[in-house]
Order: sequence, then C-alpha cells, then structure tokens
Amino acid sequence: MSVESRSGKRVIHIVLIIGAISMLTPFIWMLLTSLKTLTEATRIPPVLFPKSLKWSNYTEVTRLLPFGTFYLNTLLMIIGRVICAVIFSSMAAYAFARLEFPGKNFFFMIILIQMMVPSQIFIIPQYLLVLKLGWLNTVKALIFPGVVSAFGTFLLRQFFIGIPVELEEAAILDGCNKWQIYTKIMMPLAKSGLVALGIFTSLFAYKDLMWPLIVNMSTNKMPLAAGLASLQGQYMTHYEQIMAGSMIAIWPMLIIFIIFQKQFIQGIASTGSKS
Amino acid sequence: MKKFKEEYVFAYLMIAPTIIGLIILNIWPMIQTLYLSLNTTGDFGNNTWVGLDNYKHMLTDPSVIHATINTFKYTIVSVPVGIFLSLIVAVLLNANIKGKTIYRTIYFLPMVSAPAAVAMIWRILYNGDYGIFNFLLSKIGIHGVKWLTNPTTAIFCIIVVGIWSTLGYNMVILLAGLQEIPTTLYEAAEIDGAGPIRQFFNITLPLISPTMFFVVVTTMIGSLQVFDLIFMMIDRTNSALESTQSLVYLFYKHSFVMNDKGYGSAIIMLLLIIILVITVIQLKLQKKWVHYQ
Repeated sequence: MSVESRSGKRVIHIVLIIGAISMLTPFIWMLLTSLKTLTEATRIPPVLFPKSLKWSNYTEVTRLLPFGTFYLNTLLMIIGRVICAVIFSSMAAYAFARLEFPGKNFFFMIILIQMMVPSQIFIIPQYLLVLKLGWLNTVKALIFPGVVSAFGTFLLRQFFIGIPVELEEAAILDGCNKWQIYTKIMMPLAKSGLVALGIFTSLFAYKDLMWPLIVNMSTNKMPLAAGLASLQGQYMTHYEQIMAGSMIAIWPMLIIFIIFQKQFIQGIASTGSKS
Repeated sequence: MKKFKEEYVFAYLMIAPTIIGLIILNIWPMIQTLYLSLNTTGDFGNNTWVGLDNYKHMLTDPSVIHATINTFKYTIVSVPVGIFLSLIVAVLLNANIKGKTIYRTIYFLPMVSAPAAVAMIWRILYNGDYGIFNFLLSKIGIHGVKWLTNPTTAIFCIIVVGIWSTLGYNMVILLAGLQEIPTTLYEAAEIDGAGPIRQFFNITLPLISPTMFFVVVTTMIGSLQVFDLIFMMIDRTNSALESTQSLVYLFYKHSFVMNDKGYGSAIIMLLLIIILVITVIQLKLQKKWVHYQ
C-alpha cells in the first residue's frame, strides 16, 4: 500500500516496533534469566538485570546434560537428511519435470499422498521398523524417516519446470545424454532450489521433537530438541539453568539464520508462490 | 522406439530411490496403521483383531472427545488470528519504509528456535507465582491466575505461543505474495482517488488470495497436528491436561507411553479423516473467495 506520508510511516514504525518488542521479549528474558542466580530468577517483584552475570549456570547445565553430544547428534542428523534429500529428491524431481514414462501420474500421486497425510500416521510402523532393524538409540534412527522427501521432490520439480527447455535442447545437440543434462545443467541451475530444500530439511530436523523422543531414549543419542526436553520435569524448578540450556540449544540456529537469512526467506517465500 | 525405452529405464532409475523409500517409509506404514487401528495391542506387543472396537470406544471416550474439541479450539482461534496478524505485518513491511530487513529478521526468530526452548521460556513468563505477566497485572491491581494449570486459560496460553511461533513464517510467504502485485495497480487506484483502505480491499486482498489460500490450508493442517507446545508446556500431572491435550498428544500418549498402538492408530486415523474432510471443504470453498488471475 502506498502510505507515503511522513505521519503514515511513523504509525507503521510504531506498530512494527510494538510487534518486534513482543517477538523479542521472550528471548531477552531467556538471556537475562540464564545469567541470574536462582533467587534472582524467582524473586517477586521480578529482577530485570542480574546483579552480577552468573556464567556458571552454563557450565552447570552442561554438567547435567551432554550438550556437546546433542550438537553432534543434531549435526549428523541434519547432514544425513540433507544429503539424502538433495540427491534422491533432485533425481526424482528431474524425472517428474522433464521425462515421459508410463505410470508417471501414478508415481506422482504417491508423492502427493505423502504430503497431504498427517505425518504421525507413519510413526508407529516406522518405529516398529527401526526396532526390528535394531537401530533404536542410534544416529541412523534419527536420519531414517528423512532419507527420502516427498516435499523435496515436489519443491525441486517446481524449480526444474521453471528452467527453459531450450538449454536442454542445446545440450542434446552438443551430445549430452540425459544423465549429463541432469548433473551438468539442471543441478547447477536449480541451486537456489537445492539451497531452499537444504534449509527446510535442516530446520525441520532441528525442530523435530516426537520422533527423537520415541526412538532415542538414551541421553547420549539425543539431538538438541529432545535433549532439551529432558530438562523439563525434574529440573523445572531451576529456571536459571533451564534458560542457560535453552540458550545453548537455540543460538547455533539463530546465528545460521542471521547469516543465511536471504536464502531462508527466499526459500520459504518460494514454497508459497509456486505451489 | 528403442530410444523411448531407454528413456523409460532412465526415468525409473531416477525415481526409484524416492519411490521405493516412500513405499517403505510412508505408503506401507499407512496401510499398517490402518490395520493396527483394527487391533488391540497387548502387554507384550501382541496384536489381537478387534474390528471396529477401537473406533466404537473412541466415540464414547471422554478424553478423545475432549482432545478433538481442544484441537478444534486451537485451530479455530490460532489460524484466523495468526494469519490476520501475519497479514498486517506483511502489509506494513510492504510499505516503503526503512529497516525492513531488521523487522523481518526479528519476526522470524521464533521460527528458527527449538520448540522445547520456546515452550520453556513461555512457561516461565506464564508462571503464576514468579511470572512476569502476573507481576505486571498485579501492578494494575489485577490478581492473576495460574495461567497454565487453569483449565480455562491454559489452552489460550498455548494458542498465544503458537501464534507467536508461526507469525514470521506466514508473514514471509504473504510478503512474497504482496511483492508480486504490480505497483501500477496502486498508482492507478490513487489517481482514481481510492484511499489506502479501499486499495487494500479492492486490490491487495483479491490479488493476495491465492497465496492466502495456501497459507490458510498449510497453517490449518499444521494447527490440527499441534503437539510440541502442549507436550512441553503441560506436565502429565497438570490439572489442565484434559482441557489442553490435542489428538496428536493423545496419539503419542496411547501409542508410546501406554503402549496401546492399536488405539493410538485409531486416534491418528480419526485425525486423518478430520484433515481430509477439512481440506476437501477448503478446496470447494476456495472458488468463492480465491481469485486466480
């Protein structure tokens, strides 16, 4: 909308700032509480700033829970899922976007069905499968449900469709076969789509809570989300340590987001406009 | 002809990993869940065929009825309010102002935070004794309640956190939709003397409706599957559990805590039916309000 007047802009800023404050306050409160003593954290009236910064809350919470291991498990889970999703989804997406073959619509239906159905419907049989394979409490179990991605195939298909066919025709004249077209032409051109898929897959893996809770009960195989959840309950009275743990769990993703925010935003925006 | 056959083989090889993976990980499990829902799981994981008993039991099980109501309550409040707020922020950010990137970053922060961390900070803010909300209320002479253990307030507290968490995501998608609207349309409207409000209703709203439809459908499906926040904010001993637990929470509880995977499967089949019915209704209704160019 073209609210160009100076007073109009001032109103816009005021509304956006009020919104921004309500978005930020919980994070600031988390940071401040993580540096308080227990008495400061639970005093009435609330203490805004701690008298001295109690950094030892962070060392204490890392003594309670192995955050280094949580980081490592999360990282392995993300890497495993991203590599599989990018390779397998792009292969299938290329076929769906550019090749003709019998049963194409039928196979594409499988992709659509997976996307439309609530994902919890797969969880019990997936768990039973992991149990049968003897993979409970392993990093493999964390990666398992994400080795193929219907969403990724759908997303990349949209990107591939958007690439001009002329480029491929030129490559065929140059003697490229279909595999070469896929690896040498389509993949580099769909880079932004691949980045978007990588971001989505990482974010989803990082935030996933139910699956890790089900398959990896032992603390040293948990990713961050589930590890942090185990602080709930027994340590819930220790606000300052819980907040220190939460800070430890969220800052890597926050930093990654701030660095790559352009890719994040574009990736998410592309799902809305292209579907 | 031979060339065609080669292309078929190549295409099948390309889709094979994904399709085989989806069949093993998703399609076959769907059928298994349906089968499990017709069984009851014993103490040693053995299944006994019970036909539609789980479904019959669900219809009279107060916790399933409550969970269905809670899930609907969560969705009916959080979807319109959340999307309305996202749209306001998106429209404001689409104006020609400074600091857009900073605002966008801030509004998006909850989206990249672990739900467990988000839930715990809000628990502390909501706390009846030490929480900042009750302190602020006491300043203006209102005696606050114990927000998260009070059966009437607890679900709304969770809704607030849900909206706060997803606002940035929908805002980004809507903003992208708004940016696709040609500015010439607004310029023309301005010449015709249409004010910002009329421009919003006559240009912005119809042209953003396809994006809006996408946002409504995805947010609704997401809300119907609410679990993380309830799991993290409401303890198993919390007196508000019955009035907050969602269908997915109940599915988790029956399948993996109480280990009756048969009944858990029936609960998730119920959610599947609910989601399918709502999606079909939305696809029918979209003809009335979505304007495709």
